[in-house]
Amino acid sequence: MAQNSVSTVTPIHCDGILPAGTKAPDFTLHVTPDQTLSLSDLLGHPVILAFYPADWSPVCGDQMALYNEILPEFRKFGAELLGVSVDGVWCHGAFAENRHLHFPLLADFEPKGAVAKQYGAYRAADGICERALFVIDKNGMIAWSYCSPIAVNPGADGILQALEDLPK
Amino acid sequence: MATLKVPITAEDHAQGPENAEVTLVEYGDYECPYCGQAYPIVKQFQKQFGKRLRFVFRNFPLSQMHPHAEAAAEVAEFAGAQGKFWEMHDRLYEDQSRLGEALYSSLGEELGLSTAAMRQALKQETFKARVRADFTSGVRSGVNGTPTFFINGHRHDGPFELESLVSAIQQAMITAKSASGR
Repeated sequence: MAQNSVSTVTPIHCDGILPAGTKAPDFTLHVTPDQTLSLSDLLGHPVILAFYPADWSPVCGDQMALYNEILPEFRKFGAELLGVSVDGVWCHGAFAENRHLHFPLLADFEPKGAVAKQYGAYRAADGICERALFVIDKNGMIAWSYCSPIAVNPGADGILQALEDLPK
Repeated sequence: MATLKVPITAEDHAQGPENAEVTLVEYGDYECPYCGQAYPIVKQFQKQFGKRLRFVFRNFPLSQMHPHAEAAAEVAEFAGAQGKFWEMHDRLYEDQSRLGEALYSSLGEELGLSTAAMRQALKQETFKARVRADFTSGVRSGVNGTPTFFINGHRHDGPFELESLVSAIQQAMITAKSASGR
């Protein structure tokens, strides 16, 4: 299975992620080699920002692949999903194509992990993003955030609850 | 910790007594190789724990990744509507590498089901809503891949290898016992 077969060697230490009620720091990252996306482009829509450690986890329980399946449920709330890791655009491109992902993967590649650091979602010891989730409301405020132990794929129940709890 | 949000009802596919000490719920995908690996392990639990264990299977087809997963789930539900869910469920996992129309027809025949009716049900997506309802219930409960197991309503976050699941089930049995004061 799955995410669970990933061994945990490093302890959980993601207690510093930005909490609900904080303004979500704006950023601009590459989606493809010649396209960028800014968080501020999505004002007016709820945004799900999913930081994750790496492309190519060798499992069916892969978090991004799971969210890809659940995309229609997110879209019911008009929400946009963005995956973020420190992998580069070419890596993201190959991964997205292989898993048939229908949402953008952003490359927090150079300077490495800069956006993740702003969100408190960078795991400096390993040089990767935490498994940290943010639901940002249509006005750009963080409505909910959650950091999962690195080896545990958090699923989508928290995201859906947060989207449901957003003021209409 | 993630918990099972949608309670088990008579609509669910369950093996074992309702009042078993431990209820093991699997959210699974017929095309997922890890579910295929878990299949004999669950069988072994059932043998080992007997009437102390109830096993419930719910569909969680990852259809973007597994092109046959949805149809296979609908085939099992079709069989289920005729009282043959577990027979079909088992055979689909046993022949996981051959999922597809030809296999469904041959399994249908073997189980004495009308293959014409099966084709019709697939074409008309008769059981799609049922499969989707399972999927949605899984998402709401924090299913995070396949297979995901819930032991007495709590998501099992360890590996699904035999030892890990067995010890989690045994722990749940101890907890159940002390809660009921036996």
